[in-house]
Order: sequence, then structure tokens, then C-alpha cells
Amino acid sequence: MINWDFIVGHLNYWLFIILMMTGLYIVVARGNLVKKIVGLNIFQTSVFMFYISIGKVTGGTAPIYPVNRQGDIEYDPTIIYSNPLPHVLILTAIVVGIATTSLALALIIRIREEYDTIEEEDILRIEREMSAQDNKEHGSAMGGRA
Amino acid sequence: MSVVETQHAAKTLMDHLPVLQVVIPLISAPLIVLLGNRKLAFAIAFAASATAFIIASLLLAQVTDGSVISYHIGGWAPPLGIEYRIDALSALVLMLISGIATVVLPYAYTSIKFEIPKRHHTLFYALYMLCLTGLLGMVATGDAFNVFVFLEISSLSTYVLVAMGAKKDARALTAAYDYLIMGTIGATFFVIGLGLLYMATGTLNMADLAGRIADQGANRTVQAAFTFIVVGMSLKAAMYPLHHWLPNAYTYAPSAVTTFLAATATKAAIYVLLRFMFSVFNPAFHFEDWTLYLIFIPFALLAMFAASFVAVFQTNLKRMLAFSSIAQIGYMLLGIAMLNATGLSASIVYLVNHGITKATLFMGTGAMVMYSGSAFFDNLNGLGRKMPLTGAAMVAGGLSLIGVPGTAGFISKWVLVQAAFENGWWIIAVLIMLSSLLAVIYVWRMFEVLYLTAPDEDCTATDPPLPILIPMLILAGACIWFGFDTELTLGSARVAADGLLAGSAGLIVE
Repeated sequence: MINWDFIVGHLNYWLFIILMMTGLYIVVARGNLVKKIVGLNIFQTSVFMFYISIGKVTGGTAPIYPVNRQGDIEYDPTIIYSNPLPHVLILTAIVVGIATTSLALALIIRIREEYDTIEEEDILRIEREMSAQDNKEHGSAMGGRA
Repeated sequence: MSVVETQHAAKTLMDHLPVLQVVIPLISAPLIVLLGNRKLAFAIAFAASATAFIIASLLLAQVTDGSVISYHIGGWAPPLGIEYRIDALSALVLMLISGIATVVLPYAYTSIKFEIPKRHHTLFYALYMLCLTGLLGMVATGDAFNVFVFLEISSLSTYVLVAMGAKKDARALTAAYDYLIMGTIGATFFVIGLGLLYMATGTLNMADLAGRIADQGANRTVQAAFTFIVVGMSLKAAMYPLHHWLPNAYTYAPSAVTTFLAATATKAAIYVLLRFMFSVFNPAFHFEDWTLYLIFIPFALLAMFAASFVAVFQTNLKRMLAFSSIAQIGYMLLGIAMLNATGLSASIVYLVNHGITKATLFMGTGAMVMYSGSAFFDNLNGLGRKMPLTGAAMVAGGLSLIGVPGTAGFISKWVLVQAAFENGWWIIAVLIMLSSLLAVIYVWRMFEVLYLTAPDEDCTATDPPLPILIPMLILAGACIWFGFDTELTLGSARVAADGLLAGSAGLIVE
């Protein structure tokens, strides 16, 4: 018997897992460096979604205290607030995500300048040639190649 | 164990030491960028890291009796406020990180002239200080989410520092890119773990987390959190099957960066692993000791043999040392997995001693590369004879890496073997000794190249200038010194191990 309430009730967690796996799959499977970063972004975004889901309180509203006309806080114990802490935490993670993305893109530009490609296969081929060259030059002195 | 709590009522400068430790390097970084003067940048960076080192020493002096310093940021009491928490373990690791950072800086001042374009020098110092901030923060904080923030500060600056090796070899760029992908996945796994923990407990303060997890016992959310955190941190620590980023990053980064990273970055990750495994989660949980026995021990042993074996066949000295680092991390994880006080102190001592040893070796390599142009063995022929003091430092480091009696490396391996016998695992003890034999082989290869081959006829190499020589000899001296005087390292490590094994009890203060 399938517990539909459980499945539908946790929809955002299912989506979190799907997004996370999609992101990781793209990072692993795509050879294009920019596409890898896209995958990494999807992976990180899934975590944002996860954290925001944690903050949900049933029937909760935005965590802002009501204010009267004089600007004083009128505390009302009957109002249920959602938990603001995960939102604040994930703000930090979003900033980190942006920093990571921009750094990665900057690196890709430099890689493209040096290798003239951003396809992983081509880069690996060039690097293999470089290390083969290294081994030819330096390997024989140590009695064989590494 | 009785825990003496230094109650937080910050009145004097001394009371603010835990936060100054992190804030001083943090502020120095933008200061360096704003002033934009290369000479001044070095002076500021050096002053800031030396101050951090002095602070770490003062903190260690306060906590060697097993007490805990709890500092409340902004006066907000934990668990709501962010807490900085210094005990023997964190103080020891803080001292290692800030000490290495201070010693490496004068070396960096000279060596980056050869390796990094001049216009990037100020930025190099700024990033170096940010990386230091991140590493110190990871160790000093007692708040789980804060660990993530500092982890990312140190990681992001590390990626750039590694990429700065691009002037010499373009492969530094792809190494940095690989490290970025792996590091981000690791850090994100860590955050997912923290999210699950927050879901299960509703708190982020480590002491509070420990108490609540102990109260409610294990459930699937806590187990999933544990898995995510351990995998994420193992990626950062370059635990054997997750080490793919390390060899290239260490090989192609500028030598000053390699020296600093090899001695500190993976060590801070191991510290976080220890902190979460023992202070936050409790080894009493079955899922944890199973993880240690069934995953850590096999992979640690694999690292010790496979990575050492690969190291034997390298033609590049820097790369050889990088693979040896992966192997040495295996020893540290093995110590953790033994789950007794001796094993834990072995890991902690290993962490410190190996940090010093690897820093010596990478620094010596860097000094030789300045003359030879590359770290390939055939370019280093006979350099040990041409550069007697550098060669001597390399010998001290190499012997310590093997674990020859009279060096720091011997102490750590000795305690590790003792711990294995304490558990009755004599097979493991034999394996530790066998894998040390592999270390003998690759270190011997290094000695052979440095001393037993004839130098090139027209080789003009001499010992490097004093700013490089002095740090190198200090580190080499430390390799020997800590082989005889174990009061500081082993003494603090034992206190730290007891604190860890007391588990959450060590964190929770009534």
C-alpha cells in the first residue's frame, strides 16, 4: 500500500533529492567545463531548497512582529511564525555559491587561454601529452617511466 | 572528567584571545589589498600571522590542564549565539596552523618572486591571510555552521592560490579547477549534513547538538547527517579513495602554497572530522564504530600501501611527496579508527608531526627548484652536496617521514603501534611497519638523487638566501626536537584525546 500522504507531503524533499542527483550527475557526466559548473550550481541550489523546506512551520507566517501605529512591537502569542534561521543560514550558502561560480568561470577563462579548449577530453589529452613529454625527458634518468 | 569552565566575562584583552585569533588575520587581508604595497603587504601578513601564533601559544598554555575556554561572540550566550570553543585539541591545531603560516611567509617572500607574476604579489598575501583565517576559524569555532563558513573561506582562497602556479605550468589551472569541483561537492555534502542535524535537533551549537543527539539517540536523520558530514570532510581531508584532487594541486601550486597547504589544510579537515565524530556524535552509536571499523580501517590501510607504492614510482619529487601525504593521512585515520585514547593521541600527534615534516620537505624541494627549474629527479642530481644545509634539512624531514628514532615521525608511529597493540591488533601493527618500509624506499630514492649522483658540471646551486634558509632550518630543527621533547606535542595530544573520548561530556558544561 502506497502512503500517498507521505509522498505528497514531502514533495519538496523529493524535489531536493531529484535536483541534487541531477546536479551531481551533470558534474560527473558532462565533459564541458562550463556545463560542469551548471551542474554544480543545480547541486548547490537543491541544498538551498532543502534548507528553506526545513524552515517551514505548518500555518506559519513571515517571522516579522506586528507593529502598531506608534511603531511599537505588539507581541501576539497566537501568531505562528515560520523558522527564519535556516533562511539566514542559506543566505550565507548562496553567497558562497556565487563566489564559487565566479571563481570557477574565471578559472575556465584562464584554462581556455592556455589550452584553447574547455572540453575535458581535449584537456586530458593535452595533459597526457605533457606528462608523456615529461616522462620522456626526465623518466629515463630514474630507470623507467612513472 | 572534571571540566573547568572559564566563564565568559570579557574584560581584558586576554579574554578576547579566541576571537582575536581569527579576526586579526581576517582584517589583515583587506588591509593588504587596500594598501596595495608589496613590501608592506609582506610585513602586515607576517605581523598578523606571528600574532596569531603568539595567541595560539597563549591559548594552549591556558588549556593544557584539560580546561575549556568558551568565548561568546558579541556577548550572545550559546546555544543561540555563536560560540568559540578552545580546548587542548583545538589549541594544538591552532598552534600548528599559525606556526606553519608564520614560518612559511618569509620563505614565500623570496620564492614567489620566481613563481608568481609581480603584479599578483599583494593579492597572494591577501589570499594567504584569508586562507589562514579560514583554517583558524574552522578550528576555533564551536558552532557547526560557522565551520562551513570558514571552510569555504579557506577553500576558495586555496583554489586561487593553487591556480597561481599557472605561470610555471598551465596544469595548475586544471588542478585548481578539479580541486574546486571536488572541494565544493565536499563542502556541500557537509552543509547537507548540517541541515539534517538541524532538522533532527533544532540547534547548531556543537555542545548543544551533542547533548540533544545523546538524549534522543540515533535515528535515520542523525545517521544520514553523520554520513554526509563524514563523506564531505573526508573529501577535504583527502582520505584515500577521495584524494583525486591532491596530487595535481600539490605538484603544480607554487612551492610556498604547497608547503602551507600540505602542512595545514588537510589537517584542519581531520580536526573537524575528529570534532564531529567524537564531540558531536558519540562513538557509542553503533553506526559510528561500524563506519570506523568497516570503512576507515580498510581505506586507511589501502592508503598506506597503495599511495606509498605509487609514490615509489614518481619521477617528480613534489608529486612523490604529495602521494606520501595521502599515505600519511591513512595513518591518521587508522589512529582514529582504533577508538582508544592512545590511538586518538597517536592521530593528533601524527597530525602535528607530519605537518612539520611535510613542510620541511616541501620547503627544501622549493628551494632546490629555484635553482634546478623543476622538481624532476634528474634535475636535482647531486643538489644535496651543492646545497649542504638544504640537503641536511631534507634529510631530517626524510628521516622523520620514515619514522627513524630520534625524529618527530618516530614518536607518532610509535604511539600508533602502541595503540594497535593495546587493541590486540598485532596484524595492523605489522602492517604499519611494513608500509613504513615503502616509505624507506621512496625517501631513499630522494637521498640517492640528492647525494649519490654527480651534480651537473656547470651547476651553480648554493644554499638559498637566509629568508628561505632560516625557516627551513627551524622546521628541520622542529622535526628533530619533537623527536626528543614530546612534552608539548604528545602531552597536549593526550589531554586532547581524553577530552575527545569523554565525548559530549567534554563539551557540555553544567
